[in-house]
Amino acid sequence: MGDELFQAMAQSVIDGEVEEAQRLAREALEQGIDPLEAINKGFVVGVNYVGDQYAAGEMFLPDLVLAGEAMKAAVGVLEPELARRGTEREMLGTVVIGTIEGDIHDIGKTLVATMLSTAGFKVYDLGVDVPVPTFVEKAREVGADIVGVSALLTTTMVKQRDVVEALDDAGLRPRVKVIVGGAPVTQGWADEIGADGYSEDAIGAVALAKRLVGAE
Amino acid sequence: MQPKIALLSEELIERVLEEAFQILMDPGVKVQSPKARRLLAEAGASVDDDSEVVRIPEDLARKALETVPREFWLYDRDGEPAVHYGGDDVHFDPGSSGVHILDPETLEHRPSTSPDLIRLVKVAEVLPQYDAQSTAVVCNEVPKEIGDLYRLYLVLLHSKKPIVTGAFSTQTTQVMFDMLAIFTGGREGLAEKPLAIFDVCPSPPLIWSDFGAENLIDLARAGVPAQIVSMPLAGAAAPVTLIGSVVQHAAECISGITIHQMARPGAPIVWGGAPAIFDMRQGTTPMGAIETAMIDAAYAQVGKHLGLPTHTYLGATDAKVIDYQAGLESGISALVGALAGINMISGAGMLDFLACQSAEKLVVDAEAIGMAKRLLQGVQVRTDTLALEFFADFAFRGDFLKQKITRRLFLDEQYLPSPVIDRGSIRIWHQSGRLDTFQRAKARVAELLAAYERPPMAPEEEKALRELVEHVARKAGMDQLPAVE
Repeated sequence: MGDELFQAMAQSVIDGEVEEAQRLAREALEQGIDPLEAINKGFVVGVNYVGDQYAAGEMFLPDLVLAGEAMKAAVGVLEPELARRGTEREMLGTVVIGTIEGDIHDIGKTLVATMLSTAGFKVYDLGVDVPVPTFVEKAREVGADIVGVSALLTTTMVKQRDVVEALDDAGLRPRVKVIVGGAPVTQGWADEIGADGYSEDAIGAVALAKRLVGAE
Repeated sequence: MQPKIALLSEELIERVLEEAFQILMDPGVKVQSPKARRLLAEAGASVDDDSEVVRIPEDLARKALETVPREFWLYDRDGEPAVHYGGDDVHFDPGSSGVHILDPETLEHRPSTSPDLIRLVKVAEVLPQYDAQSTAVVCNEVPKEIGDLYRLYLVLLHSKKPIVTGAFSTQTTQVMFDMLAIFTGGREGLAEKPLAIFDVCPSPPLIWSDFGAENLIDLARAGVPAQIVSMPLAGAAAPVTLIGSVVQHAAECISGITIHQMARPGAPIVWGGAPAIFDMRQGTTPMGAIETAMIDAAYAQVGKHLGLPTHTYLGATDAKVIDYQAGLESGISALVGALAGINMISGAGMLDFLACQSAEKLVVDAEAIGMAKRLLQGVQVRTDTLALEFFADFAFRGDFLKQKITRRLFLDEQYLPSPVIDRGSIRIWHQSGRLDTFQRAKARVAELLAAYERPPMAPEEEKALRELVEHVARKAGMDQLPAVE
């Protein structure tokens, strides 16, 4: 019985069916199934499958993103019960991510957020046009391991340095790592501003984040 | 709406045909086959046996044009319809009869042999962009007398796609018919469901060789599709003007069709060719020249005006290695052929004026073909509203990737290239070894060869085929057929 339910959960993620994933999560709660088990034996299996298929070139970004959405929705249903039981999902780490102040470019950052989330990070996506202090406050509030700062313009890229410095000033460094990305960003720039890492693309960003939290 | 290009106005097409008909009367065409001359004389053409010149009156030629089937199918080895000749349907096959193969390791153009042909066939078999196979190279180690049928033998053994081929002699033509008929339950079945089409070449300007003309007659009588490959060479063996070469092409094709239809009205035949301009510096025949493609697109319009199935030679290059010139010439010319709505476009894989084939080039060309076919599908309406429904619940965010409809439709909207086309980030490029197109193509060929599986063939058919080929090979002095895996 449980196995079938777990399989259906995995499938709902593979199909990217948000409502179905939520419905199965509710069903698990009604049956008194441990929510952590529902996540790890059910939904995560689907996420891993999609991730593997994507890496193998058999699935594509829309599959990945929809799987992430379904996963997020299911976890949303299960979270109150997780909290009630005082258990927590074991995550690879916590990431605060956003596009820097003055810059409203969304796609690359959102993709990185989705893929980090799918890979097993707890991700707080602050959106676009995010002021420097907001990165710092959120990082402190959620105990972030990594802060990701995206910039698509050479004019806004300079503020990535401000985020590094503000985190320094707040005494959060070097525990909190900073990763930077965006079209004009280079490894040289990341080095120059004292960031901990840079990637040209979302797949590389996941590998980078895993490396920074010692997960790989 | 299938996008199309048109190089000739209707008025100009009429003039092309008018002049082609005039040429068929004066100077006429030279037909070196007595058998073909007799056929034409009986039908009302004026024939001079001494000079071998035949003058074909317009009404005779028009009568022949009217009996040509407007469309027909080629079938695969299992008897399933696979290639539709007719209308504006577009198909591609590898270029035929190369004499060299590009050695991917040494970059030498060395004489091609059986293993090279098998390798080409395997690659083309796996790639969906190729709708048909061709007898892509000659096997230089095999006696010339059986070179044509031996190529066909190797292709039949390793492929089930329809085959664009050709014969070198009247004797071997009949053997090739028998080979094909093994898979169609006899000669009648072969005419009903042909799995091969035979290229037949006039000799420019305006000459039908003894073999060429007899081949047309044999094909017509067997009901096996013929494909005229007329090759005006603009500036050398044809008028220097593109339109002048189009007229010569029409005259050569119409005369061939007349011979063919007089042998058997209603037999399938294709308005095809492999023209080129003549390079005035090098004395070469550039297949990658834009004017070559223009002659092709223009003559295809003339053939379509007559309601005939069409063929041409494009998607090839004159470069010697798989470099930028190879890519631009092959890609641009494949696109011109596709936009001209030509039913069969031969030439992929070819380098060096159609002399040299390459499996590595085949996999790169497949991407150009994939893109060309995508272009032909045009811009389609796949949703009730064009865009409005995408903007329901819109929050000024680039969230379209999260829409289910994105996942449902993207593979219809986007042609997904193989890894031969580099669309990765520079990080991925570095990580995967900083490969250029040719190096990626080499890796892709290795992948395809690993993925290839020989299509099953009934043991009794394979036995019959082998015995037939062994029999003629022995007569040609080949005691044993080389082992093929």
